[in-house]
Amino acid sequence: MSLLVIAEHDNAVLKTATLNAVTAAAKIGGEIHILVAGAGCGAVAEQASKVAGVAKVRVADAAHYGDQTAENLAALIVAVVANPASGYSHIIAAATSNGKNTLPRVAALLDVAQVSEIISVVDADTFVRPIYAGNALATVKSADATKVITVRTTGFDAAANSGGSAAIEALAAGPDLGQSKLIGRELTKSARPELGAAKIIVSGGRGLGSGENYHKLLEPLADKLGAAMGASRAAVDAGFVPNDYQVGQTGKIVAPQLYFAIGISGAIQHLAGMKDSKVIVAINKDPDAPIFQVADYGLVADLFVAVPELTAAL
Amino acid sequence: MKILVPVKRVIDYNVKVRVKADGTGVDLANVKMSMNPFDEIAVEEAMRLKEAGKATEVVAVSCGVTACQETLRTAMAIGADRSILVETDVELQPLAVAKLLAAVAKKETPQLIILGKQAIDDDANQTGQMLAALLGWSQATFASKVVIGEGKATVTREVDGGLETIEISLPAIVTTDLRLNEPRYATLPNIMKAKKKPMEVVKPADLGVDVAPRLATVTVTEPPKRSAGIKVADIAQLVDKLKNEAKVIA
Ligand SMILES: Cc1cc2nc3c(=O)[nH]c(=O)nc-3n(C[C@H](O)[C@H](O)[C@H](O)COP(=O)(O)OP(=O)(O)OC[C@H]3O[C@@H](n4cnc5c(N)ncnc54)[C@H](O)[C@@H]3O)c2cc1C
Ligand SMILES: Cc1cc2nc3c(=O)[nH]c(=O)nc-3n(C[C@H](O)[C@H](O)[C@H](O)COP(=O)(O)OP(=O)(O)OC[C@H]3O[C@@H](n4cnc5c(N)ncnc54)[C@H](O)[C@@H]3O)c2cc1C
Repeated sequence: MSLLVIAEHDNAVLKTATLNAVTAAAKIGGEIHILVAGAGCGAVAEQASKVAGVAKVRVADAAHYGDQTAENLAALIVAVVANPASGYSHIIAAATSNGKNTLPRVAALLDVAQVSEIISVVDADTFVRPIYAGNALATVKSADATKVITVRTTGFDAAANSGGSAAIEALAAGPDLGQSKLIGRELTKSARPELGAAKIIVSGGRGLGSGENYHKLLEPLADKLGAAMGASRAAVDAGFVPNDYQVGQTGKIVAPQLYFAIGISGAIQHLAGMKDSKVIVAINKDPDAPIFQVADYGLVADLFVAVPELTAAL
Repeated sequence: MKILVPVKRVIDYNVKVRVKADGTGVDLANVKMSMNPFDEIAVEEAMRLKEAGKATEVVAVSCGVTACQETLRTAMAIGADRSILVETDVELQPLAVAKLLAAVAKKETPQLIILGKQAIDDDANQTGQMLAALLGWSQATFASKVVIGEGKATVTREVDGGLETIEISLPAIVTTDLRLNEPRYATLPNIMKAKKKPMEVVKPADLGVDVAPRLATVTVTEPPKRSAGIKVADIAQLVDKLKNEAKVIA
């Protein structure tokens, strides 16, 4: 039995989310291969070959894989898997925006179900996944010959990114379907850690009142802690910060060592994205805010006073 | 151009779900059900395209039990011209829904299908992408802006690092993200009008689709409960706790 893990990368760097997916693959068991599809992505293949536990890296390097468009990527993955000699039992990707975009397309083309955002592996056919914003955990068993799975990165530790020495093998590229083309990207530039990989996250909500306050109050705190920054949907909708800051059921799912919820009420959709954090701190002026029901340490206070004081005290 | 909008009946997002004691699922008896919030955004977007003269007809589709008629009435109250219920009591999984929608799309030949990016009950985030695959169409998921051009659409997508804009050929699938628009409320006169709008009811067998589930649910359990901690008196105590009790900062 072998498993194919789809690499998450930007043609230069292998993203850590791939390492979490490799760990999920190792829990299922079997020979682990990583597929790197990209343009000029040789460096990524090198990095993938060093990941502990990986037996083979397969690289499809062509211009039309550079932007990770779902149509071309899905067609490539299906071509690789449909070859019976390949013998892949599982196709696995991290539940990143790329993984979520592409894998259901692969599943449908293979006429199999997808198991979305698993948080643990019971056996090779059976997986646990959160449903209803994490208010219930479903254990589901797949009857399909090929299992297509996305992995919630917070559910699995990252595999070591060194120590491996997998063989790198080139794959023939498929045709360019020409259905989709990238026009541009507006990516948030930040020297801070990524939300998904951060040990500490400082998140702000509507209580901050404006984007200006968000930055003025929370950035110095995040700087002191070396933290990533997040937000509630209300803060994103109000334009305080860009969409990629959103933590929650329909945003990013995070589980850092320490999570600060500042001026966030604690709606179930927000809790769904952060309640697996090791330690949660809430600062809110309303003593009855639901966030206090999950916070390890709650401070009932005006954030405009408390946050500068906290920053100064660290 | 015709737009098809699949809408799903789900537990209302304000309802606190409870896992059934026998571990077979969550308790949906007598709880408030509503249209999946992302599907409201999808219907709204279709209406805006119609109002802008880009679309001529908006057709809502739902797959599921008889009560999905309510969801379709809501879609028509927002403005959809007519609707189709694919009626079944079988537990529908995303692949089955995508197959049903593909069969409907082949009959209706829309140029655009707008779905929600995920349903807030099962949180699968699959149906739109699967439908695109089955039809062989292009897809733009997690959309925060849609501009329709000649034979193509330009869509801005919410991705992990920020925003990405792609151009896709039509016909295409778009799935909605939260910032695409703010759905309108259905007015009372429009709710009344919706009662008279046409609704067609078909069965999966009429569409030649096998909807048997591929995934079996073994159990549904409560997640581990997080217990509330303590309230600290001031910043000094908070910092002390973080350093010396939780040991999460140095
Ligand atoms: C389909 C759907 C998907 C959603 N997905 C998400 C998601 O992924 N993530 C998400 O976060 N939300 C999501 N939501 C929204 C969610 O329901 C809440 O509306 C949102 O989380 C509220 O954000 P908030 O806590 O910042 O704002 P509010 O609920 O308005 O809370 C603001 C808090 O700030 C406090 N406050 C105000 N002033 C001060 C002050 N001076 N000092 C201290 N405290 C103060 C208030 O007491 C209050 O508790 C979703 C909703 C829907 C319908
Ligand atoms: C443990 C468990 C038990 C379940 N039991 C039942 C059950 O007994 N009965 C039952 O009916 N379901 C049941 N479900 C739910 C069912 O499996 C999901 O509805 C299905 O998997 C679809 O997933 P999703 O809606 O999250 O898809 P997503 O891919 O997240 O949906 C995205 C979009 O697709 C469209 N869409 C999805 N479904 C429909 C639809 N039916 N009609 C029209 N448009 C649609 C909407 O536009 C939606 O926004 C159960 C799920 C679980 C996990």
